[in-house]
Amino acid sequence: MISIVNIGLNHESAPVELRECLAGDKMSPQEVLSKMRETDLLIESVFISTCNRIEALCTTEDSFGAEKLIVALMSQSSGVAEDEIRSHMYTHKDMDAVKHIFRVASSLDSMVVGEPQILGQVKEAYRLAATREKTAGVIINRLMHKTFQVAKRIRTETGISETAVSISYAAVELAKKIFYGLEGKAALLVGAGEMAELAAKHLVNQGVSDLVVANRSFERAVELSGHIGGKAVLFDELESQLINADIVISSTAATNYIITAEMIKKISRKRKNRPLFLIDIAVPRDIEPRINKLDNVFLYDIDDLKEVVDENSSQRKQEAIVAERIIEEEVLKFGNWLKTLDVVPAIVLLKQKIEAIRASEIKRSISALGKLTPEQIKGIETLTVSMAEKIINDPIIALKNIGDRPSRDSFLDITKKLFNLDQDKK
Amino acid sequence: MDLISRIALFLILLSTGGFIVYIIKQSESVFRYSYWVLFSGFIVHTIFFVHQYFSLGVMPVVNLKLSLSFFAWCITGIYLLFQMRFRLMVLGSFVAPLAAFFMILSSTVSGSVEPVPPVLKSIWLIIHVFTIFLGDGMFAIAFVAAVMYLIQERQIKNKTRGNFFQRLPSLETLDSIGYHSLIYGFPLLTLGMITGAIYAQHALGSYWRWDPKEVWSLITWLAYAILLHERLAVGWRGRRAAYISILCFTVLIFTFLGSSIWLNSYHSFSGFGEVGKLP
Repeated sequence: MISIVNIGLNHESAPVELRECLAGDKMSPQEVLSKMRETDLLIESVFISTCNRIEALCTTEDSFGAEKLIVALMSQSSGVAEDEIRSHMYTHKDMDAVKHIFRVASSLDSMVVGEPQILGQVKEAYRLAATREKTAGVIINRLMHKTFQVAKRIRTETGISETAVSISYAAVELAKKIFYGLEGKAALLVGAGEMAELAAKHLVNQGVSDLVVANRSFERAVELSGHIGGKAVLFDELESQLINADIVISSTAATNYIITAEMIKKISRKRKNRPLFLIDIAVPRDIEPRINKLDNVFLYDIDDLKEVVDENSSQRKQEAIVAERIIEEEVLKFGNWLKTLDVVPAIVLLKQKIEAIRASEIKRSISALGKLTPEQIKGIETLTVSMAEKIINDPIIALKNIGDRPSRDSFLDITKKLFNLDQDKK
Repeated sequence: MDLISRIALFLILLSTGGFIVYIIKQSESVFRYSYWVLFSGFIVHTIFFVHQYFSLGVMPVVNLKLSLSFFAWCITGIYLLFQMRFRLMVLGSFVAPLAAFFMILSSTVSGSVEPVPPVLKSIWLIIHVFTIFLGDGMFAIAFVAAVMYLIQERQIKNKTRGNFFQRLPSLETLDSIGYHSLIYGFPLLTLGMITGAIYAQHALGSYWRWDPKEVWSLITWLAYAILLHERLAVGWRGRRAAYISILCFTVLIFTFLGSSIWLNSYHSFSGFGEVGKLP
């Protein structure tokens, strides 16, 4: 019996320090995926790795074995002990796994519910599985396509994506408790992710006038600064740009600290100790946590912001309820499809059996018919094939139709007994 | 006359209660009532002092009771000015209790007014008392802003965002109040000390007598001078400035109360008689 298994860690189950480690660069998602392909235990697999989650979605016949294997792989790829991973991970099976992946892609499971990035990240993970590593099969293909549909449906039918501004909202609320007002303040974006862009737009709406984008890829910096009406600078200018900045939003993919306490200490005199508000939405973190201890410097990372977001989330909860209902609906539909999948092996066996009978009977009788022209042989083939197909056609249709009915299992049993399908298997 | 001061005390206590309700309930109408109660308390208090001035013929700070009351009057007055300038409602919830505290203190000490020696009747003394007390009032606001700053800063740094987080204003605002109180308060204090010296020369024949209160005033002045210098030249802000501001205010309060009560000084109120004996 094939089951769908989903194993992972997210921002809720694991602290940021652990997620940082897992997002480490010892093994790329592609490498992990190729290891998954090598084993017979996993039939199909997708591996998702983002700022706030690491998870594997697989189909397998041995879900316990699969779980063990995936934990071992995660441990290998990150260097984190298996026990450590195990104590912070979650496992979902079958319909729960389906529900989970729907929720993930629809951004219901995100730290900031409704944030736009996650769908792209899941798509990318699937693309890797489907085209590069070829680890996606019938079930995963169907599941992922359905997932993208669900995500799209939730985005259009609920107001949940509007609330993605909540993290920027939270950041702005905090900024207002640090600064007298945001008019005329200078913001510096380090890295040019979508979340950073969103936050920046929000700041501009609140009156932040001076916006600077520093990015490793200067091209992308220029592009983003064009969108939001700012100025692009080279990444090397970061330190001098920090002198002018009042608010810094960092979201790079760097694995080490980009802004260190030493750096801030060095420029604090030049800044005349003006308050500096740093927002670190990157995992692994970009800004040394120690910075928060410095005078007039305030650092919030993504986990801190999440708590702020939680505080003002009642309206979002309404939207989330609608979204959850859509998910439930879609999970049921997918479950029905999966069940029809269960009759497929019986149908295949049935077809194989009838074909085997036909082929062996032809073989036995053909010599008794004397000399035949190729046309005649062909005629006999066509005749027998169409006879065989017609005979099993109605049973196959019947089987397909009972796919999602409660009586399905007994139907399957009867079919197997009538045609002695299990016997043949041996 | 006692009645008027009692009415003032009552109004200030009432508004303090109102301000406390305001910070809990966050209701703007509660603030408005409290504000107007405080304002009328201030008016009554002013009437009291005007009357005292004319009946005594000198600045009515001749004993500890009146001094404390006058200090409370200054704090209230400066708060009302700041409220007009900054429109920071929550400031009242911190300042009104402070003013009320000095009012209560004033009402608990006995204050017999002895015949005032004629030497105290001087324009320099009026300026001296006014500037010193207004400066002290400014510093009291700076102290309150510093306390509020530290509370708010702690909440932001610790990411706790407790009950005060939404209620307190931004750090920059609080720092700016501390800064403005300092740059207005310091010249007032300086002027107060200069006029005091001029008066001393005029009345006692020497500018400076190394009297304990004078020494402590100088220490207070130096402490604030350091704070001002660090703020202006070095660019101190925020937490450090707030701590120093609180420290300075502690010294100020000691100078104000301590030297009046414990130190043997001609500034102390029991010593006024001696002033009269001086040539």
